[in-house]
Amino acid sequence: MVCHALSRSSVLSEYPVNDDNQTEDLAPMLLPLDAWHREKGGRMVEFAGYMMPVQYEGIMAEHLWTREHAGLFDVSHMGQVMLSGEGLEAAVEALLPIDLSTLKLGAVRYSLLLNETGGILDDLMVSRWPGGLYLVVNGATKWDDIAHMRECLPDEIVLNHLDERALLALQGPEAFAALERHVSGDYPLSALTFMRGGKFELGGVEAWISRSGYTGEDGFEISIPGESAAAVAELLCGEPEVKPIGLGARDSLRLEAGLPLYGHDMTPEADPVSAGLVFGINKRRRSEGGFPGAAHILNALVKGTARQRIGLTLEGRMAAREGAKVFVGDEEVGVVTSGGFSPSLQHPIAMAYVDAAHTADGTALEIEMRGKRLPAKAAPMPFVPHRYHR
Amino acid sequence: MTRYFTEDHEWIEVEGGLGTVGITDYAQGQLGDITFVDLPETGATVAKGDSVSVVDSVKAASDIYTPASGTITEVNEALADEPELVNTDAEVGGWLYRITLSDASELGSLMDEAAYKTYVESL
Repeated sequence: MVCHALSRSSVLSEYPVNDDNQTEDLAPMLLPLDAWHREKGGRMVEFAGYMMPVQYEGIMAEHLWTREHAGLFDVSHMGQVMLSGEGLEAAVEALLPIDLSTLKLGAVRYSLLLNETGGILDDLMVSRWPGGLYLVVNGATKWDDIAHMRECLPDEIVLNHLDERALLALQGPEAFAALERHVSGDYPLSALTFMRGGKFELGGVEAWISRSGYTGEDGFEISIPGESAAAVAELLCGEPEVKPIGLGARDSLRLEAGLPLYGHDMTPEADPVSAGLVFGINKRRRSEGGFPGAAHILNALVKGTARQRIGLTLEGRMAAREGAKVFVGDEEVGVVTSGGFSPSLQHPIAMAYVDAAHTADGTALEIEMRGKRLPAKAAPMPFVPHRYHR
Repeated sequence: MTRYFTEDHEWIEVEGGLGTVGITDYAQGQLGDITFVDLPETGATVAKGDSVSVVDSVKAASDIYTPASGTITEVNEALADEPELVNTDAEVGGWLYRITLSDASELGSLMDEAAYKTYVESL
């Protein structure tokens, strides 16, 4: 039994979303919670150059638990970066399509790292902290991102890679109740609405907490010193609402939430318009430009793009996987970039890049999997409604 | 009735010239929640090592390579509605297909239960 080529993994050793080749020759690194995951029964796999838990009790159970209660995810592989220095606003606006004039203290915003032709190098979160901008970038791309930023930012800007910090995500409808019991600060946790963050004490540990995440649920992302990570994880998982959740459910949750995964649903070959990520280009920047790839992207905003990222719902139970071709009759019109069985909906769902003529909701399409044609329909995303606390 | 195992974690139970094939309990545990099984066509002639079936889990799809050559005579129809049988009862009720063996000598290269147990412990 060997994993199917389309999912690009060996089933018994690797997790399919691991496409990080830059570290394949190096031994995987260990994150601060490595021993804690093993103690909790986590099945560890290599991901983005680190050993990470793919699951504990099972992806299905962990997925549904997160949708109903709260799940704790270790995302310490992601890159946490602090930018500061004179001329920060202008320097960062030259790098990202963000409008920093509207990013208030404590606000969090989604942004994109773009190349000169408007291709997506990474997606990231930008927060305004006292003293600078705090960025969270993808784990698999963080070394390239940091090199790119160091190259592009002027010498006056200090880039501090906060690699001694761990990052946890507590996600689900009961996340607030569980976290609030252990948090104190200058203001209550309830002061945070979606995409806002602040400094708190969490179980006696200094923590930067933002109300954000990658599951579509209400929830929090928690940056803490690495040496305190196990104590905080233990504290949170001691709450009846909280269980540890692995990468497997993280992937199925984000797919249901319609959230793209870097390296799969967005790549340097895709621009933000075809990727459906125009919201990552702030309004002022859409008229003014002045960021990498602006000419291409502003043109695409006016003229549209040849392909667009859409959602697909499938009949039956066979899942479409990354790389599967999408057809209308004999015409190949697209390719699946993420796909799997939806634990919440109990049928397969997928994301695909499809020719613009065939992207309207309800359009009948077919996906070729293992020589079979699976009937599918273009569907609005998210597949499962977001429940953010706005 | 003898049961043989492959390094790819399939089992085949042979009685007379008929084999019943499935995946091992170890394999289902590694795959996690199984959501769909793509079964072969009955009547198909297959050669040892051919990918004849695919087991989908939430996380990935895995090919099943037939441990022996022959003709598929029957598939486990219960898996259409209850693919999770492969999780809950991998080595009995979660069987995948039955096959009439065309070359029983192929079985000689497979592991017996004790050898498979040792093999799994070495992983």
